[in-house]
Amino acid sequence: MPLSVKHLLGIKELNTQDIDQIFKTADNFKQVLQRPIKKVPTLRDTTVANIFFENSTRTRLSFELAEKRLGADVVNFSASGSSVSKGETLIDTVNNILAMKVDMVVMRHAASGAPWFLANHIDASIVNAGDGTNEHPTQALLDAYSMREKLGDLKGKRIAIIGDIMHSRVALSNIYCLNKLGAEVVVSGPPTLIPKHIESLGVKVEYNVKKALEWCDVANILRIQLERQHKPLFSTLREYSLYYGVNKDMLDSLKKDIVIMHPGPINRGVEINSDVADSKQSIILGQVENGVAIRMAVIYLLSGKREVVE
Amino acid sequence: MKTLLDSTHLNITLQRLAHQLVENHLSFSDTVIIGIQPRGIYLSDRIAKLVKKISGNKQIEYGLLDITFYRDDVHNNDIPMPTHTDISFSIEGKCVILVDDVLHTGRTIRSAMDALIDFGRPKKVELLTLIDRRFSRELPIEPDYVGYTVDTILTQKVKVYWKEKDGKDEVVLIDKVSEAK
Repeated sequence: MPLSVKHLLGIKELNTQDIDQIFKTADNFKQVLQRPIKKVPTLRDTTVANIFFENSTRTRLSFELAEKRLGADVVNFSASGSSVSKGETLIDTVNNILAMKVDMVVMRHAASGAPWFLANHIDASIVNAGDGTNEHPTQALLDAYSMREKLGDLKGKRIAIIGDIMHSRVALSNIYCLNKLGAEVVVSGPPTLIPKHIESLGVKVEYNVKKALEWCDVANILRIQLERQHKPLFSTLREYSLYYGVNKDMLDSLKKDIVIMHPGPINRGVEINSDVADSKQSIILGQVENGVAIRMAVIYLLSGKREVVE
Repeated sequence: MKTLLDSTHLNITLQRLAHQLVENHLSFSDTVIIGIQPRGIYLSDRIAKLVKKISGNKQIEYGLLDITFYRDDVHNNDIPMPTHTDISFSIEGKCVILVDDVLHTGRTIRSAMDALIDFGRPKKVELLTLIDRRFSRELPIEPDYVGYTVDTILTQKVKVYWKEKDGKDEVVLIDKVSEAK
């Protein structure tokens, strides 16, 4: 069954069957990645452009590996050092790349909604690799996939998302995705970093991180995004760490073993301590591993039917 | 619609194919059986079971191969959905018997051989098929073991029913008049 969408812009537009289909397909690709030859020739007729207007290590590498392991040709573009600094518009930049016969675009952009705007103007399939503070769909998919691997069906499971909820596209995509899969979600962090009315998305708010940890099966801890905070929202990083950072003593005081996740990059000693990030309960590197399989599945499923050139 | 093989005939054919395999590979010490997903696995399940019984070797290595990612027509229709591959042994230097229910254009087998090579370098690859639709090949591929040979045209369809999946054992030839040009 193909996906109900032509682009992966956000989790908001996906239905539950789409998410299941992506997970099932990712299972197959995860197995491919464990073979001696970690590559299949499926998309040898496809060229993908990775267009990154914002910095990235994991996501970009992960997408590039996913594309290469599907046999696709890959071109990479980053805004720094490109004609964007000479004043070229987004549509012009992308159209010029597409004129070189590119079939699919993976884009990260600092402006929320940029991929939707682009989808109205070009024919190629678009995968959103993060747009401003809005969505980061592949991260949410790989997070939910990793949780499912650890806990089984997510229906009724308790997930706490802790940290900078306000500026995090990972948080928003995670909330949409986990809601669709039937999990219960609590967001936790300082009041200044939790948006007003977030309860309307179907989540609960818990300002006390310790209580959130006691409640949950999985803690997905998010980075403090200083680059997006234009005015001070807490006094110092040390104070943040003291009240909202997760450390080993907190974990040990719980009566159960919860799963620790973080989408990276980690600010060690701020939102998460090293002894937690490197503990047995942490599946942070497992998330990165699953990321390639999830992105292979998304790109494969979106590559769809194509006009045959006679 | 015409019945090519009924239940009795089908089971006699399976017995013969299994005996032929044992005749050529004796104890199956260096030979493995691999069924092609999705429809070839019912045949390969039966063949593997029979071969184990006839050869007396209960440890025969048997796997399943999904060829979706190796197809040459991925973008011609809706994107095909993969099934799982299960090959938990090395095929390096072994003789591999590929098993599929119907051999038609040969394109599935081409994909299967490409997929197989990604798991290692077999010493030899043989092909077993229940139904050979001869004269409709689009690639130079021929089977080593054939259950039943039938002459068909493109608009016809051969359908194999298995008790495990469809509730009955039968092979039928269907005239798809509606799709005839």
